[in-house]
Amino acid sequence: MHTSKLQTTQNPLSGYSRSFRIAAWLGWQIESNWTDPFLFAIYSIIKPLAGAAILVVMYSVITSGNFSSPIFSYIYLGNAFYIYVGAVMTGISWAVMDDREHYKTLKYMYIAPINIQAYLIGRGVAKFLVGSISVIITIVFGVLFLHVNVNPAAINWPLFLVSLVIGVIMLAMMGLILAGVSLLITQHVSFIGDAVAGALFLFSGAIFPLEVLPSWLRPIGFAMPVTYWLELLRRSLVGHVAEAFPTLQNLSNIQLIAIMLGLTFVFGVISIFLFRFCEHIARERGLIDKVSNY
Amino acid sequence: MKRVSNNPYPASGVLTPQDGLQSFEAGRLRKNMGWRLYLQTVIARAYPRIIGQGREKSWLFFDIFLPLLSVCAYVFVYRAIRAPEDYIGFVVVGGAMTAFWMNVLWSMSSQLYWEKEQGNLALFIMTPTSMMAILLGMALGGLLSTTLRALVIIILGSLFFNVQYAVSSFVQLFAVFILAMLALYGLGMMAASLYLLLSREAWHISNLATEPVYLFSGFYFPIKSFTFWISAVASIIPLTLGLDAMRQLVFKSGPSLGFVSVPIEIIVLCVLSIVFLIAARYMLAYMEKLAIREGRITENRR
Repeated sequence: MHTSKLQTTQNPLSGYSRSFRIAAWLGWQIESNWTDPFLFAIYSIIKPLAGAAILVVMYSVITSGNFSSPIFSYIYLGNAFYIYVGAVMTGISWAVMDDREHYKTLKYMYIAPINIQAYLIGRGVAKFLVGSISVIITIVFGVLFLHVNVNPAAINWPLFLVSLVIGVIMLAMMGLILAGVSLLITQHVSFIGDAVAGALFLFSGAIFPLEVLPSWLRPIGFAMPVTYWLELLRRSLVGHVAEAFPTLQNLSNIQLIAIMLGLTFVFGVISIFLFRFCEHIARERGLIDKVSNY
Repeated sequence: MKRVSNNPYPASGVLTPQDGLQSFEAGRLRKNMGWRLYLQTVIARAYPRIIGQGREKSWLFFDIFLPLLSVCAYVFVYRAIRAPEDYIGFVVVGGAMTAFWMNVLWSMSSQLYWEKEQGNLALFIMTPTSMMAILLGMALGGLLSTTLRALVIIILGSLFFNVQYAVSSFVQLFAVFILAMLALYGLGMMAASLYLLLSREAWHISNLATEPVYLFSGFYFPIKSFTFWISAVASIIPLTLGLDAMRQLVFKSGPSLGFVSVPIEIIVLCVLSIVFLIAARYMLAYMEKLAIREGRITENRR
């Protein structure tokens, strides 16, 4: 072997970048190459549309199809963007389960010269891409056929893009926390992401204003960053709809962004330290390659 | 190997492991055959389904907690749009029934795929018993454990949201439930035979069959909301008519929101039960041969 051709990564930043890129590519292969592109496209479209259609029919039955009401756009857009929560947060934590239980490769990842946190976040990228397709299709369908009041000319694009980026980073950090926890709980790991996503769906006002929750449950919603994220996205796309509900009316866009940034930073710090802690415990207890075979 | 003596079977009809051990020690090998073997297989496959519930208690918690979260979310949607109170009950009953669809989808249909992944499928096929009996055992065990979970969801959901029931006929309600389950698990057994041929795509197909079925079977709203023909086509999934009939029988406003009358739904469910169970038997036999011929029994493409 020619030693001059042997490539090693000295710079930690390029190590992160390489782990992230390769993991993103790997994740995309796992997500998409189980079938042909046509079937994969159908699969990516049907699931989110069916989920949205459940809410549309529920709403339509009660209101006799009054889709112009602000509450409809509130429900529809909240549900559409919530797809990202399941995709990014659960996607990252699911990589632990997938690699350990299904492919039985997690131990090899640990002996490879990669950064495991960057690797896990990279694995979430494929889910993010598939989720993005689902979000776009759901919103376009709503605008074209269900009178969801999104006017491209009236969208506050800078606010939308900033909110989206901060939100996705925040979800990735939350996913890393779940990935750390998943390292420790081999038997229940497949439920963790679904349980957290389900709880966030209920408490973050994704598909109904927080005022509908019993007053003693509302503080949980206010403590969750996803609540502020969805509010920002609604404000950027359909400002008048968000204004129709009093939940976060007292907070300006800047204040909401500041809260989001603060919570993202907090979750980022927690995720790094918690993941390292969980990883340490997992190594000590021999959980990195523990397979439950369930 | 010696044949069994004139009447090798105990009074109960089916040999137990102790009987087998005693006969082995006595130098004779006795074994269950025919319907006894069939029954023994059913019991043997149902056993881990029921006992397994107690092995991992946290799973029981998650199996109840996750559908309950969805139920709560949909109830609050109805509250946000000021729906009549009976709709809250519709969601609670529908949410409980999701447990059965999940069980059929992930623990019946995809089960043979998981067994293939674990290397058990070849062992199942090698054993001198019926695959149909294995699936029936899976169905019975799954049905029993899922019924308990669904009951807990209904009880908790009803308590949380103060759901009022007005049961018009317990006999019809019982008949509808049993028939819907027979047809549903028959459908699950049919689907299981198809999964014999699947590989990596099995997980994705099961995943794909969740929300669309929730939508077209009307888990969270009356199926009458669709046009007649959409509802009629959706009725091929037994839970569609089962849920519609149950709602008609347990809620005051149920009959006015029903798709067709309960007696008609009972007749259709009877037909579906018979058709699905017979079709499952033939499909399983055919798919098993096909899978063996194409070498897919031990295939493991991850």
